[in-house]
Amino acid sequence: MRRGDHAAASRALTAVVNDAPGSEALAKEFFKASGSAQKVGVSGPPGAGKSSLTGRLIAHYRAKKLKVGVLMVDPSSSISGGAFLGDRLRVMEHAVDPGVFIRSLASRGMIGGLTYAIFGAIHVLETLGCDKILVETVGTGQDEVEIASVADTVLYVTTPAMGDEIQAMKAGAMEIGDIFVVNKADLAGKDKAVADLKAALGLGHSAGQAVKAWEPPVLATSAKNGEGIVELAAALDGHWTHLRKSGEGRARLKGQHATELQFWIQRRVIKSALDRVTDKILEDMVLRKTDPASVGRRLLEA
Amino acid sequence: MDKPLRVLIAKPGLDGHDRGAKVIVRALRDAGFEVIYTGIRQTPEMIAAAAMQEDVDAVGLSLLSGAHLTLFPAICKELKKKGLKDVLVFGGGIIPDEDIPVLKKAGVDGVFGPGTPLQTIVDYLKGKLAVAR
Ligand code: B12
Ligand SMILES: Nc1nc2c(ncn2[C@@H]2O[C@H](COP(=O)(O)OP(=O)(O)O)[C@@H](O)[C@H]2O)c(=O)[nH]1
Ligand SMILES: [Mg+2]
Repeated sequence: MRRGDHAAASRALTAVVNDAPGSEALAKEFFKASGSAQKVGVSGPPGAGKSSLTGRLIAHYRAKKLKVGVLMVDPSSSISGGAFLGDRLRVMEHAVDPGVFIRSLASRGMIGGLTYAIFGAIHVLETLGCDKILVETVGTGQDEVEIASVADTVLYVTTPAMGDEIQAMKAGAMEIGDIFVVNKADLAGKDKAVADLKAALGLGHSAGQAVKAWEPPVLATSAKNGEGIVELAAALDGHWTHLRKSGEGRARLKGQHATELQFWIQRRVIKSALDRVTDKILEDMVLRKTDPASVGRRLLEA
Repeated sequence: MDKPLRVLIAKPGLDGHDRGAKVIVRALRDAGFEVIYTGIRQTPEMIAAAAMQEDVDAVGLSLLSGAHLTLFPAICKELKKKGLKDVLVFGGGIIPDEDIPVLKKAGVDGVFGPGTPLQTIVDYLKGKLAVAR
């Protein structure tokens, strides 16, 4: 896999994502091999152009001979468990490039725009030798702050048409973005949207808050005609340099590991306990033969 | 609980009729599959590469233009070249009955034309993939 075997990486991804028997030993190896790629989170409301911009960034990095891994998350239906993974549509032109590996992931029950297996999947791509890893979140338009504890650099994508929404933008999005983009700059209203966004970000600094070592830039791009992509890539590089030169990179990595540990425990402990809730238990609760605390303790200790 | 099965729905060639493919995508999603859609105008190489990277259990091809006799076998060949021997290949669209045996010989397991109830397709896929598992 370290020599870039896509078929091996693909099988490894399935094993890790599905938590298949034996995948834990593999995951340990992948974790050891990871830690040097820049992980870029691409977040923002649906339709803003996250997937299209991701396609542009892939092309930019490939022109520089960098290896790129891409993970694109879409929501699973809570009713059928199925999912429509439609982001790949926008990046299909890169399918046959041996320097690009793209995988679509379903959220599989996790809320917050990601999936519990996201770290495992990232480590596989790091082991494959990817220099840049792009992670596109579901993009619910709701607060998707989880990405900030998964990615090194969070790119937050909006459009000129979302002008009024910027005013009402959740504080969460404002705080997690390392770089803000007004995409669809080919449409009318980009200058006003950039100004509005800058103003909104300025207001985000409350008095007494220390001056930030990194001021999030606000850029205009068009995934349609390519405008601003070079500048966006430069900003991403700039943030990566900032992370590595300041102590911030290490601090973020620690935060990521804390979150990864949290996901692991949620998946193993909480989910496995919940999976053991039987109809018999619920029946006993109806009959008041038992209670939540007693059942809960028994399930956690088992 | 079993992990969801993954299916790639692809539209090879220059055919722009994408309604049928989208109907299939929706039906499979609602039946609990994780469905990846490639969009139109895909080459056999692009479809095979996507199938490999997504590690799908099945690849569904949709074609209404009449080019199925060249494109479907070309995709089966490309999948084998990538080592994806166990991936189930099936398809649909405007495909004359007399072409179906030719396609089956080339590696297309099932072919479903206009008017096929969606439940028939869902049951077919679930049946085939349950055996494969
Ligand atoms: C709607 C339509 C169009 C629309 C397409 C809109 C769109 N975005 O899809 C428009 C007007 C754009 C169009 C254009 C053309 N069309 Co037209 N079109 C049709 C029409 C009337 C219906 C197709 C349709 O949407 N059906 C509804 C969907 C839901 O059904 P379906 O696609 O067949 O899918 C079902 C099954 O086939 C199957 N299925 C399909 N895919 C898959 C995949 C899998 C994996 C599985 C399991 C099953 C499966 O399941 C689906 C659900 O039951 C058909 C005639 C017909 N009755 O089929 C002609 C038809 C397909 N078109 C035809 C032609 C010639 C054209 C044009 C070339 C016309 C022209 N000269 O300009 C252009 C080409 C466009 C292009 N870029 O490719 C011909 C094709 C002839 C051939 N094969 O030899 C047809 C058959 C009409 C005819 N009798 O001549 N068309
Ligand atoms: N005009 C214009 N349209 C764009 C641009 N970027 C994306 N789009 C379109 O916006 C729609 C949504 O894009 P997509 O990348 O899927 O957005 P996502 O939901 O955020 O991933 C698609 O129809 C794109 O073609 C852009 O820069 N300009
Ligand atoms: Mg998208």
